[in-house]
Amino acid sequence: MTHHHEEHSHSPSQGQHPHRHPNQPDEEDGKITEFRLMEIALRELLIDKALITQQELNDTYLKMDRRGPHNGARMIAKAWNDPDYLDLMRTDATEAARKLGLEPTWLNLIVVENTPTIHNVVVCTLCSCYPWPLLGLPPDWYKSRAYRSDVVRYPRKVLKEFGTTISEDVEVRVHDSSADMRYLVMPMRPAGTQGWSEEALAELVTRDSMIGATIAIAPDERRAQPS
Amino acid sequence: MSEAGGQARYAKGDLVHIRKAYPIGHCRTPYYTRGLDGVVERMCGKFSNPEELAYGRDGHPPLPLYRIRISMGDLWPDYNGLANDTLEVEVFEHWLDPVMAEGTPEQ
Repeated sequence: MTHHHEEHSHSPSQGQHPHRHPNQPDEEDGKITEFRLMEIALRELLIDKALITQQELNDTYLKMDRRGPHNGARMIAKAWNDPDYLDLMRTDATEAARKLGLEPTWLNLIVVENTPTIHNVVVCTLCSCYPWPLLGLPPDWYKSRAYRSDVVRYPRKVLKEFGTTISEDVEVRVHDSSADMRYLVMPMRPAGTQGWSEEALAELVTRDSMIGATIAIAPDERRAQPS
Repeated sequence: MSEAGGQARYAKGDLVHIRKAYPIGHCRTPYYTRGLDGVVERMCGKFSNPEELAYGRDGHPPLPLYRIRISMGDLWPDYNGLANDTLEVEVFEHWLDPVMAEGTPEQ
């Protein structure tokens, strides 16, 4: 990543004198780890022995990169508009994902619904279990020790740090994804969205709202966001 | 998920006790939930035993896995949230004991 001086200002005490920042190290400058070496050795061996091809690897990388919160958002938006789909999501969420052509083949999915009396939030205290096919790779904060230890201990305080204040008549329910199930939070449908299409609704469903750290975006907040 | 093996011992609504045990090796029962009582929210199905999988074995037979709902007030005596806040955690059957109505583990 290049660092342009023109693009940021410093405190007035530093004046206009040119100065240098330390160079940010390039990818190759770090110490190569044992796991990285093992990955390179194994990959090259598999390709040399024609067990896999470079093309197959590239296709897999692309496929993994296409996973993202837009997948989960499609499910939530559809469930907001389609009562039959909501029923399916309640009884067999994995099948509900499959029905949209998503690829949760290895996933045992449970959708937990926010209601006027329950707010759900998901964590994996033991590691970083997360519904990858539906949300993509987890954000760094989800994997941090701070989030993993605090959200089961002080959930309301942690939610407040995300700007989410849960009223006193609402139960906070924390889901520790400790074994084989994966969780997707279904946020409440924002007011003022009657008659909206699934595509328009899906834009209100953020990654963090499907972890339960926040709620869905309200239509007026969306209008206020820079396009 | 697999349907092999025997019947699941617990059903939704059962009061259970999470064993307070500290075995050597890998397991998926978080420390902070051990020794507490909770209610079975659902039986999730049967899954290969992670305590065997962790060492390259097949984890068979698969074991029933449950979601256990625990009151935050039971987890943290000084909990500063609200009385009806809860936590749900997945626990394998061999980590659970039944609880009699009066709240003591069954012999």
